[in-house]
Amino acid sequence: MTARRWVGWGLVAAVPLAFLGLFFVLPTGTLIARGFSTGGSLDLSGFGEVFSRPRTWRIVGLTFLQATLGTVFAVGLGIPGAYVLYRRRFRGQWLARALVTVPFVLPTVVVGVAFRSLLAEGGPLGALHLDGTLAAIVAALVFFNYSVVVRTVGGFWAHLDPRAEQAARVLGAPPWRAFLSVTLPALVPAITAAASIVFLFCATAFGIVLILGGIRFGTIETEIWIQTTQFLNLRAASVLSVVQLVVVGAVLGVSGAARRRRERALHLTAVDAARERLGRADWAPAVVTGLVGAVLIALPMLSLVLRSLQTSHGWSLQNYANLATTGGRGVLTGTVWAALGNSVRTAFVATAIAVVVGALVALVVSRRPHSRSGRRAIETLDAVFMLPLGVSAVTVGFGFLIALHRPLGLDIDLRTWWGLVPVAQAVVAVPLVVRSLLPVLRAIDPRLRQAAAMLGASPWRVFQAVDLPMVRRALGLAIGFAFAVSLGEFGATSFLVRPDRPTLPIVIYRLIGRPGAENLGMALAASVVLAALTAAVMMLAERWRPASAMGEL
Amino acid sequence: MTARGLEVSDVVVEYEAAGRWLPAVAGVSFDVVPGEVLGLLGPSGCGKSTLLRAIAGLERLVRGAVSWDGADLAPVPVHRRGFGLMFQDGQLFPHRDVAGNVAFGLQMAGLGPAERAPRVHELLAMVGLEGFERRQVETLSGGERQRVALARSLAPTPRLLLLDEPLSALDRALREQLAEDLARVLHETRTTAVFVTHDQDEAFAVADRIGVMFSGKLVQVGTAAELRAEGIDRSVRAFLGN
Repeated sequence: MTARRWVGWGLVAAVPLAFLGLFFVLPTGTLIARGFSTGGSLDLSGFGEVFSRPRTWRIVGLTFLQATLGTVFAVGLGIPGAYVLYRRRFRGQWLARALVTVPFVLPTVVVGVAFRSLLAEGGPLGALHLDGTLAAIVAALVFFNYSVVVRTVGGFWAHLDPRAEQAARVLGAPPWRAFLSVTLPALVPAITAAASIVFLFCATAFGIVLILGGIRFGTIETEIWIQTTQFLNLRAASVLSVVQLVVVGAVLGVSGAARRRRERALHLTAVDAARERLGRADWAPAVVTGLVGAVLIALPMLSLVLRSLQTSHGWSLQNYANLATTGGRGVLTGTVWAALGNSVRTAFVATAIAVVVGALVALVVSRRPHSRSGRRAIETLDAVFMLPLGVSAVTVGFGFLIALHRPLGLDIDLRTWWGLVPVAQAVVAVPLVVRSLLPVLRAIDPRLRQAAAMLGASPWRVFQAVDLPMVRRALGLAIGFAFAVSLGEFGATSFLVRPDRPTLPIVIYRLIGRPGAENLGMALAASVVLAALTAAVMMLAERWRPASAMGEL
Repeated sequence: MTARGLEVSDVVVEYEAAGRWLPAVAGVSFDVVPGEVLGLLGPSGCGKSTLLRAIAGLERLVRGAVSWDGADLAPVPVHRRGFGLMFQDGQLFPHRDVAGNVAFGLQMAGLGPAERAPRVHELLAMVGLEGFERRQVETLSGGERQRVALARSLAPTPRLLLLDEPLSALDRALREQLAEDLARVLHETRTTAVFVTHDQDEAFAVADRIGVMFSGKLVQVGTAAELRAEGIDRSVRAFLGN
């Protein structure tokens, strides 16, 4: 690569690096420093103090238990789902795929409220007494992450050459044997990748656990929040954040290794296999997937909608009419509709930031330079830009809170800046934007760019002629993801939001925390509104999704 | 100064495999005079495609030089060399129609739409695809795609056309037909070209002179008649099967 090209790419990389430096590395760094020192000198007593409490060990244990159970069930149920929805074909399959995708983009607060509405006393499954139990939390985590497994494994499976399995069948293997000895090993990288992402999402779950866990259950995430907002113990919160960073780093390492294996494997099997009809022999995965779809996914959403239409006097739209009020006994500072307005405005800004930064990141990371140092630089950048995917929203929010008071010694206080919430949401959304654009960019045959260059196109013209038209098709999905994430973002926002300008998820959380059937009814109705808006955004985005793209999420 | 055409001297290109750098092209030298078509013949993996890509500027030279009319091309980036390259699988731009593909190089050269249209028409006629301007590339057969790729490479009248196994992805009957067409088009346009193939008959049908490559080295260069008289080097002949 010539010196001029290095400078050019350096400039393209500089924007996202500066953004993540200021709004990710600085807050996280400050947080770590806070955990390890007092008054500028190294001091590990904070760790001793936090880890001598049995409460800490209980929380860490619970985090791992919930994440492990959530991952095991999501993967166990997701593999048959991937088979039915991506390896076979049947009438109405697109609808089933869409239904399965909805939970992933649903705001965590909405998922929490939906499960509460289902399991609480008086709800459709109230008789099971599952409200406030570990089972309820795990079910909600699986609800949320099932689509991650189905889409990641399914997207890979759909491209797997079926002839290896057919060869095994011809050699006398019964279907289950051929699956276990040929197909499953080929799927392992995709399954590992999905499992590590799901583990990460479960271990950093915040909104769901906060709503469903009550006082008995928590994760490191909720504990950071409780230590900060209720015990005002910033030191303990910092120490816990460091613990969380270590957990996330370890899981990301595993996930990264699995992803590289999968991308290598892809080169061997990039055949779009012809899919057979769903047949009688597929009854077992079909039944499992049908049950998951009906009980785990459709039922909570249905219950949420039905209960939002009920008051103590029977069926009515009163809960929705109340959205124009500030709640029973004036719980809120503004109406719910006003909060929706705040949410949408914030989401526009956050989406713009996330898409610009994410697109630049994807462009840089998708390069495959000839020189070894160039390749190593790209690999490092790839890892750096993926960090926020794992680092929890709570850590981002908390980091902002402690770092942006007089950042870098400047005499300004960014904590009251209106842009803080959209910026924090953008930090959370950037990895998703990158992950939806990157597979498309990486799938471009480098020889297509070379063909353009051979015809006299300069690097900039090559980009215009080859990369841009391809990316444009995936951009819709990226915008949808960013918008949905921002609309539903709860973890970071709960630390940073100004009390007079709450977003919709914050309002919903406030409403269910207060007594009164009227407030609960409003929370249900507001959740339906938020869910409908998010789902509408994602459906619009899916229409722009390129048919051939292999997204990861 | 007289036109000297392409000079390749002592070129070495390496590739990385399992952390080690191995030579793909191990010191190759040859010339191509203007108007000549040189065939590079050899088994797959012998380094002939890598050599072609090195001439195009798509591979880094570890040693040696590629020059045109006596001027070293090392500082000239790919898009300013004025060379054309035709890939085995065409690499047509999927979001442009046939005319959009053929016109791309003209557009890069700064020609306006009014000047591009007749040239596109002329080239499509030459490759036997008259009236295909508005067709989408996905609707074309393999042979049609390669014809479009040929028209696209020739449109900006490259001073040297590099052809990387342009017919190998096609079935036999089509390949023979297209090899004839290719030879005709190259000679009609008096295009200087380097044509890489693993098929002897194809090489003899298209090229004026043939260089035989084996294990990264150029073993022999000569006209079809010379090679027939001397016989192709034994190790290569064993591979080619005659």
